[in-house]
Amino acid sequence: MRTSWLIAIFVLLAAAVPTLLFSGYHLFQMTMVVVYGIAILGLAILTGINGQISLGHGAFYAIGAYTTAILMSSWDVPYWATLPVSAAVCATVGFLVGLPALRLGGLYLALTTFALAVAIPQILKHKLFEDWTGGVQGLVIDKPEAPFGLPLSADQWLYLFTLAVGVFLYALAVNLTQGRIGRAMRAVRDHPVAAEAMGINLAMLKTRTFAVSAMYTGVAGSLGAIAVAFVAPDSFSVFLSITFFVGLVAGGAASIGGTIVGGVFIEFVPNLADLVSKAAPGAVYGVILIAMMFLMPQGAGGFIASLWRRAGRPGR
Amino acid sequence: MMADTAEPLLRIAGVKMRFGGVVALGGVSFDVGHRQIRGLIGPNGSGKTTLFNCISGIYRFVEGDILFEGRSLANVPRHGMANVGLGRTFQNVALFKPLSVRDNILVGAHHLAHSGFIANALRLPAVRREAQAAEERLNDLMTLLDLHAVADTPAGALPFGTQKRVEMARALIGQPKLLLLDEPAAGLNHSEVDELAELILQVRDHFSLSVLLVEHHMSLVMRVSDKVVALEFGLKIADGTPDEVRAEPEVIRAYLGDTHQGHG
Repeated sequence: MRTSWLIAIFVLLAAAVPTLLFSGYHLFQMTMVVVYGIAILGLAILTGINGQISLGHGAFYAIGAYTTAILMSSWDVPYWATLPVSAAVCATVGFLVGLPALRLGGLYLALTTFALAVAIPQILKHKLFEDWTGGVQGLVIDKPEAPFGLPLSADQWLYLFTLAVGVFLYALAVNLTQGRIGRAMRAVRDHPVAAEAMGINLAMLKTRTFAVSAMYTGVAGSLGAIAVAFVAPDSFSVFLSITFFVGLVAGGAASIGGTIVGGVFIEFVPNLADLVSKAAPGAVYGVILIAMMFLMPQGAGGFIASLWRRAGRPGR
Repeated sequence: MMADTAEPLLRIAGVKMRFGGVVALGGVSFDVGHRQIRGLIGPNGSGKTTLFNCISGIYRFVEGDILFEGRSLANVPRHGMANVGLGRTFQNVALFKPLSVRDNILVGAHHLAHSGFIANALRLPAVRREAQAAEERLNDLMTLLDLHAVADTPAGALPFGTQKRVEMARALIGQPKLLLLDEPAAGLNHSEVDELAELILQVRDHFSLSVLLVEHHMSLVMRVSDKVVALEFGLKIADGTPDEVRAEPEVIRAYLGDTHQGHG
């Protein structure tokens, strides 16, 4: 009971504080925290909970972003209406990638998905699709304004809209991963042979999990495209996929709440590193990451969970 | 009604299995009756585990057939076995180590429910009903197997004997008609084996199920089994009550020999 109250208060604070206190770039950063959180949540469902390692989730993020951008620029679809389309497209692509993934375990799957991430910017630049994707130039899309004459700036509206979608997606993910299906996902991760003997259809479960995962990261890509109001192939380099993976590990791979910490990490730590040393921000980033892994080997999610357990049972 | 009692629950009919040129099973046949505890013994390499894996679908036998309630298991996929009515435990315990005891056991009820991804994400009423039904069976089983105290402990952190009970609970929550036990006594000490014998009998009576017990531990098999079948080199060398099998010269030669006087 106390958990659900804490979550309600957290969501209210998350909605009110940045909207009232932040503006401009800082509010945009908060929007991106939510976007990255959702993207990492997708990866957490696949890699943390179901045990299928993906080093290529930037590809799904890119596909989601481009689906939204193309729909908005070529067909004048309103920004909010692109989200379900993007979800369907990314879920389908995720399902299809999930099929060969059935035959590839562990590191081989990681390499295959990595190849996907390497290929995506080049596919987006390809002449065949240039009419839709805008080639190397990318696409510029309109930033949405607050509807119904609400007294909100575009940045404020964008933040609240993104947050609302995020809360909805996190709620669904919590339901999904706590019930029968979530247990099956974890069982497959921990002992596939036993899971199968318990009646779990491995192929069906893994491909559907892949679809859900790609859908989450893809919708995050759509929200990111709307927030940035611009997509270009080089925003979706291999490095983006690695960044998501870093966020996943920093947050704690199998923790839903930890993905928010992961989003904060990948949005702010590079800036922080930049503040510390203009000359070698990459090195500072690395040091922060290593320090975090030493202090919280289970990621932020695991760290908070253990604090929670200790607080709940004093004297243990 | 007559047909039901006449037909065994499980019929192994001339099952053959080869690995390359090696014959692992050379045409084994026997039955497991309703509510029967059937022991399957044999020295290392005799084909016990191979047969066990044929029944649970890990291996596909090349000849013969395995019938469960008259229906062939030859084309049932591995994940379909639980639904047919086969529950199993594993030789060296195959729990989901990071998951709590509660979650481990609940995975065993997976095949009894049918809600999919979307229903779960939306937590539809049907999902809640299924979850509640599973919770009730979970509570009964945790009482029966004395697991309430460790319900929230990660399974991997428990002592081996407790893990075996968790595995038993996980198999039982799926409401199997036949429980396949793969060397359940392995790694247990003397008093734990005694408890296991009690438990197997108790489970059979409580759930009215049949048990196929693949086991090295002779005294356990002889104590709990209604009938015992003995294999050697992939062939059946004896089949009958524990006393008959124990008296069989082939068995004494192949397997019991020096361990015989240890029983009692």
